[in-house]
Amino acid sequence: MVASIQGAAIPPAAQTEQAPVKLEVRDLTIRYGNQPALSNVSLDIREHEIFGIIGPANAGKTSFLKTVNRMNTFNANMHVDGEILFNGLDVRHLKNVYALRSRIGVVFPLPVGLPMTVYDNVALAPRLSGIKDKADLDIIVERCLGRAALWDEVKDRLDSLGSLLSGGQQQRLTIARALSQEPEVLMLDEFSIAVDPVTTMRIEDVLKELKEEMTIILVTNLVQQARRLAGRTAFFLNGECVEIGETEDLFTGEIKDRRTRDYVEGRFG
Amino acid sequence: MFETSELNIKNQRVQRLFKILFLLMTMLLIAPVLLILGTLIVKGGSVISIDFLFTSPTDGMTAGGIFPALLGTVWLVAVALLISVPLGIAAAIYLSEYAGENWFTRIINLAIINLAGVPSIVHALFGVGAFVLFFKFGTSILAASLTLAIMTLPVVIVATRESLQAVPFAFREACWNMGATRWQTIRRVVLPNAVSGILTGVILEVSRTAGETAPIMFTGAVFFTPFLPQGIFDQTMAMSLHLFVVSTQVPGVPENLPYGVALVLIAMVLIMNSLSIAFRIYLRGKKKW
Amino acid sequence: MSGQPMTKTADMAAFDRRNADWYIDKLVQVLVFIGGISAIIFVVGIFAFVTKEGFGFILDRFDFQEFFTSPYWYPADEDAPEYGILALIAGTASVTGLAMLVAIPFSLGTAVYIAEFASGKTRETLKVLVELLAAIPSVVWGFIGLSIMNPLIIELFDVPVGLNVLNAGIILGLMAAPIMTSIAEDALKAVPDRYREAAEAMGATRWQVIYKTVLPAAKNGLLGAVLLGVGRGFGETMAVLMATGHSINMPGSVFDSVRALTATIAAELGETAVGSDHYQVLFTIGIFLFLITFVINLTADLIVRGIRKG
Repeated sequence: MVASIQGAAIPPAAQTEQAPVKLEVRDLTIRYGNQPALSNVSLDIREHEIFGIIGPANAGKTSFLKTVNRMNTFNANMHVDGEILFNGLDVRHLKNVYALRSRIGVVFPLPVGLPMTVYDNVALAPRLSGIKDKADLDIIVERCLGRAALWDEVKDRLDSLGSLLSGGQQQRLTIARALSQEPEVLMLDEFSIAVDPVTTMRIEDVLKELKEEMTIILVTNLVQQARRLAGRTAFFLNGECVEIGETEDLFTGEIKDRRTRDYVEGRFG
Repeated sequence: MFETSELNIKNQRVQRLFKILFLLMTMLLIAPVLLILGTLIVKGGSVISIDFLFTSPTDGMTAGGIFPALLGTVWLVAVALLISVPLGIAAAIYLSEYAGENWFTRIINLAIINLAGVPSIVHALFGVGAFVLFFKFGTSILAASLTLAIMTLPVVIVATRESLQAVPFAFREACWNMGATRWQTIRRVVLPNAVSGILTGVILEVSRTAGETAPIMFTGAVFFTPFLPQGIFDQTMAMSLHLFVVSTQVPGVPENLPYGVALVLIAMVLIMNSLSIAFRIYLRGKKKW
Repeated sequence: MSGQPMTKTADMAAFDRRNADWYIDKLVQVLVFIGGISAIIFVVGIFAFVTKEGFGFILDRFDFQEFFTSPYWYPADEDAPEYGILALIAGTASVTGLAMLVAIPFSLGTAVYIAEFASGKTRETLKVLVELLAAIPSVVWGFIGLSIMNPLIIELFDVPVGLNVLNAGIILGLMAAPIMTSIAEDALKAVPDRYREAAEAMGATRWQVIYKTVLPAAKNGLLGAVLLGVGRGFGETMAVLMATGHSINMPGSVFDSVRALTATIAAELGETAVGSDHYQVLFTIGIFLFLITFVINLTADLIVRGIRKG
């Protein structure tokens, strides 16, 4: 990986044409008690890219995401070493972790429609951050639902319960909610696991558009999904970051580790 | 295909016998409730009238109504709730939303169990020692209600904690992921979905509080006072104590009068209790996720 | 809500500030923590204040041997007061003992019926009725002992007084039964269904399954239920005050009137002067009651928790 200059996100000369680094991970090690989940991972994620993370179960992908937005705070058993710099700031030493989370949207595998109306689901976070004006909220709700490809389906029943939508709709509602604060980074963790193929394709199209506005980290166990969407991809295996590179290279180009090819070609996982 | 063996038939018979035996036990346990209610209604029903409910006792409590006692119970319960409901809900929120599973929460849980298990008369002694004497509230509604509040605190805590924990963890996680603070999450998502369960617990507590006698005997309730309570530093009569007084302490009470008092008291308690149960059953049918 | 942040580090530093919401969250955390520790404070407070009021007696007059082994309770005697609570302990123990004889079979039987035999509407109805049984206030139970059970016992057994161990024991049994039933039912419910399925697959009848598999597996929970029932019985006040006859006796039969520890406090506290020996000895009895119920509840909790972990 690229050696970074201390504290700042200035890319080395060879990569000047590339966007600045959004998220800089240095020697990240995660343990649950004595059980290691991730060891010595270092990687950079740049602005406006879709960064794929592939790997089988127990690779440490979800633990990685939880550490980025500091959801690990809720698991006393989870120990984190190493640095994660978000916009150059170490997330482990933030004064206000809630501000960090509001700038990083997350979508987890199982869709969660909160037991309030569809409208309130999307308006919740903006309201918490102090937006009270109905007209402003209306605009946010419509735009976010629209960007999550859900607006057309729910625009006539914004007051029905979000928790009673179908699974695919709830997942898009979750995405709309994650977008409601205009996050700088959107992290998706195997979002298609509980979603039908058609909805999956629609969400994938949405992600391609969203790339223009934000950085996207796409954790997936579908190799082909990473190939369709991600510019660069990392391969995690049993808590180790085996390979990082241009996604196409994982499939066609030179790869350092044999395990990557085996996984990509479906020999295990 | 299988032959019904001798043993099998015997087993079946034993099974039926035990089922009937257990049913009989259940019936015998429940029968008293109905019997008691029946007796109270038959004997006490004739006493009850609008006058009985809304006038004061007369002739050394051998005639007249129960209004001061009724009003006193309302006072005692209301003040006790004002203290125990916020405290109990806070405790439940702490245990369910903030505290982890550790030795400290175990001690709190143990304290809650003990608070519920300490004899009511010991609560009364505590009320006398702490509120009447040490804090110098005197025998007053405040002292009695504080004693009642502490005694019934576990009811609120347990009911609230259960309804908080019935809200799926995923909802909290979804909120935290959006940058909501713990309190924002509790206020916007957890509490709105737990409030009806909490209410069920509070109604149950009303019923418990209204029926208690020992804790208020020496802390604020009196056998008889010609005055209606005006504030929390007044003494008051109470329904439960009034039943004790007219059935044991006053000579020459007409036979049916205590039945009437008992009927009113048990009606208050059971109506509250049934409300709480009905509310719970209604909620179970109305799922939001 | 502006979309594109400018210079990252500066912007982030501005963002990473503790705002009002952050402080409100901390404040609430402190407030609910106070709620949480209040339970501990109250339990400690109960012990402290009851001890404080009874301490003078323990220091000056307390004679361990007399207190626990003498049946003579004459605290109001001006010349030679005696403070033996043996008869009161015997009263409480006899009433609680009889209550358990009544309550254990009935509440366990009911719990088995509700958990293992009844289903659907029947189960719900039975549970509601048991809950209503638990809701009847103790002073009403006392009144029932006084006005319904008393003449009934005189009539049935041809004894002069119907306010006795039998009367209070039955009443107390009915009072303790609901809580024992519901905890015993929980314990039975906690036995995994696969135990039942395994036994039934081998051709056992429902009763054999219960007797051989479910009851042994639930035994700790059932024990906990019984212990909590004993605790209830020990601490009950109004009902035993009204139904025992409230006369000091070493009971020889169930038809003897007795007096309970709790009832003694309830009956005598109002007549004592604050700070007098008599007043203080009543608080000493309170300490004794507190400690006993504390131990009972602690044990019951450890036993019930034990099964949940195992």
